[in-house]
Amino acid sequence: MAFLHTAASSTTGPRSGLKSRSWTPYLLLAPGLIWLVTFFIFPILSLASTSTMVRPDGAQIGTYVQEFRLANYIDAFQANQEQYIRSFVYAGIATILALAIAYPLAYMIAFKSGKYRNILLVLVVAPFFTSFLLRTVAWTQILGDEGPIVQTLKLLPFVGDSMRLTSTPFAVVSGLTYNFLPFMTLPLYASLERIDPRTLEAAGDLYANGLTTFRKVTVPLSMPGVVAGTLLTFIPAAGDYVNAAILGSPSTKMIGNVIESRFFAVVDYPTAAALSFTLMATILILVTLYIRRSGTDELV
Amino acid sequence: MAGQKVAQDTGDLVLNRVSKLYGDFRAVDDLSLTIPDGSFFALLGPSGCGKTTTLRMIAGLEEPTSGTINIGDTDITTQKPYRRNVNTVFQNYALFPHLTIFENVAFGLRRRGIKDVKVEVESALALVELGHLAERKPSQLSGGQQQRIAVARAIVNKPEVLLLDEPLGALDLKLRRQMQIELKRIQTEVGITFIHVTHDQEEAMTMADTIAVMNQGKIEQLGSATELYESPKTAFVANFLGQCNLIKAKVQSRSGGKAVVSAKGLNFEIPLARVSTDSDSILMGIRPEKLRLDDSGTNSIKECVVTDRSFVGTSTQYLVRTPWDLELVVFEQNDEGLHDLRVGDKVSLEWDPEHTFGLDGSQDVNAGADLDDDE
Repeated sequence: MAFLHTAASSTTGPRSGLKSRSWTPYLLLAPGLIWLVTFFIFPILSLASTSTMVRPDGAQIGTYVQEFRLANYIDAFQANQEQYIRSFVYAGIATILALAIAYPLAYMIAFKSGKYRNILLVLVVAPFFTSFLLRTVAWTQILGDEGPIVQTLKLLPFVGDSMRLTSTPFAVVSGLTYNFLPFMTLPLYASLERIDPRTLEAAGDLYANGLTTFRKVTVPLSMPGVVAGTLLTFIPAAGDYVNAAILGSPSTKMIGNVIESRFFAVVDYPTAAALSFTLMATILILVTLYIRRSGTDELV
Repeated sequence: MAGQKVAQDTGDLVLNRVSKLYGDFRAVDDLSLTIPDGSFFALLGPSGCGKTTTLRMIAGLEEPTSGTINIGDTDITTQKPYRRNVNTVFQNYALFPHLTIFENVAFGLRRRGIKDVKVEVESALALVELGHLAERKPSQLSGGQQQRIAVARAIVNKPEVLLLDEPLGALDLKLRRQMQIELKRIQTEVGITFIHVTHDQEEAMTMADTIAVMNQGKIEQLGSATELYESPKTAFVANFLGQCNLIKAKVQSRSGGKAVVSAKGLNFEIPLARVSTDSDSILMGIRPEKLRLDDSGTNSIKECVVTDRSFVGTSTQYLVRTPWDLELVVFEQNDEGLHDLRVGDKVSLEWDPEHTFGLDGSQDVNAGADLDDDE
């Protein structure tokens, strides 16, 4: 009875306070939740339903009815296998290149930049001040036949006059690398900057030379940044269509370009939707495997 | 490893006229120092006195602007840190967060190509009594445990010299006391030269065989804790190690093994052996616990007033104002002789001439006092 009594009094006491507090998390979640349901969950469901639709014989272009035809997925994949694989190859190469460029850069900013640190960080994000599209168009000028790079390369004896860079895989991968470089640099910087310089000194004190310190201490401690940076680069790069459209040719088409033309040019909604889903699923599987393998959850 | 000396006779650590300049700032100024092999040595001083810079030069993390550093016959002045047989226990420990405790301790051994590290790592962990935590990560350990792992990680390499950079600064008082005893035990067990940098005078006095008191890049005085406390040679040392009453005085005569000095019309005696200057203007020093609230002795000041009183357990501390408005600190043991005075009470002070020392009078009376104790 005494127990019941205390239990009862403790619930009646600060009740009003508890109640308002228990609602707070939901109130805080509400805006994000509403946003996600409206602009993510609902479109995804609509896309899923479109992906299994079929155009009835003789119907107008753009008219589809639901027939739950899962074979749409197989057809869409088989017809665009080449662009599909190319997307992941290009995105993979761009991610590796971006990592190779961003790591020394982020390392320099984190450990060696001194008073220039903030200026350098602003420079890293400076490209965002202009439009993504415009910057990519600018690359057609830089890589163009009359542009400085091609003209300079042509001075070399083994480079033929017919040499060109635009409309090549090189141009597309370069564009991807360039456009997603800040997404690689910033997380890398954030994780390198968090490393206590004394742990690096401690490694030196414990008989590790510069290279060993880098391999055994710096790299493992920067892994959260490497993982975040590669994901932030690889995921959007795999679905990107702007770089291939502006800097590439029909032979460098990526899956994003196919989806875009299926939707807007061919008005073949089911195929476009099926391709979108396949892309999403593949990225999800790759990312899951990658995070599992890199084991970042073990890091502090 | 535990229970047996691991140190080989490697010779003393000798710093010869070492200076370190940062721009115009002399962090370490023409410092010469010999640290005997196998000793527990403390570099004591306020923040910014150059003690950490000195330590970092011994570790190889900074290079001296001039001067040389030797261990025995080997000149290590410009040797890379990873090449010298010196290990450091860093302030805030700097353990590798991504490695287990075992791998943290094994790090130095592995870098030197030692394959079978198990026995040595385990005995180092046993030495600090944390063998059971080998598979944990540093973040899962308490501050005191991390500190001991930092010691194990350094000591497992059997360095010629172990450097400790304010190793106990982040611990609370009780744990700090415990670790002081622990470190002293470890040093005695392994027999390696320990160089301990600290701004905590009590810590230095508890642990070290020899203490070098540093101030503004120079060594003020070097000696055992007792020597430094009982016979400081400068006002800085007198004030920095414990509390000290310094009274400006003029020497009247020096004869018969004693000096007679006068201050404000009163005469006092100091043994000549304890006067460290030839100047006639001196600072007369008496430690607070040597002052008695009586008026019988040779050296006494009458008509003083108690201005503050605080009870601190083993003793009661009084602030007593002399007729010429100088405030002196008096510690009185809490035993049967306790006077239990109140603020405003009239009192006389007296002390034994043997407990008086004389310093050069040209120094600032407050040098080394009221320094910010925090790093």
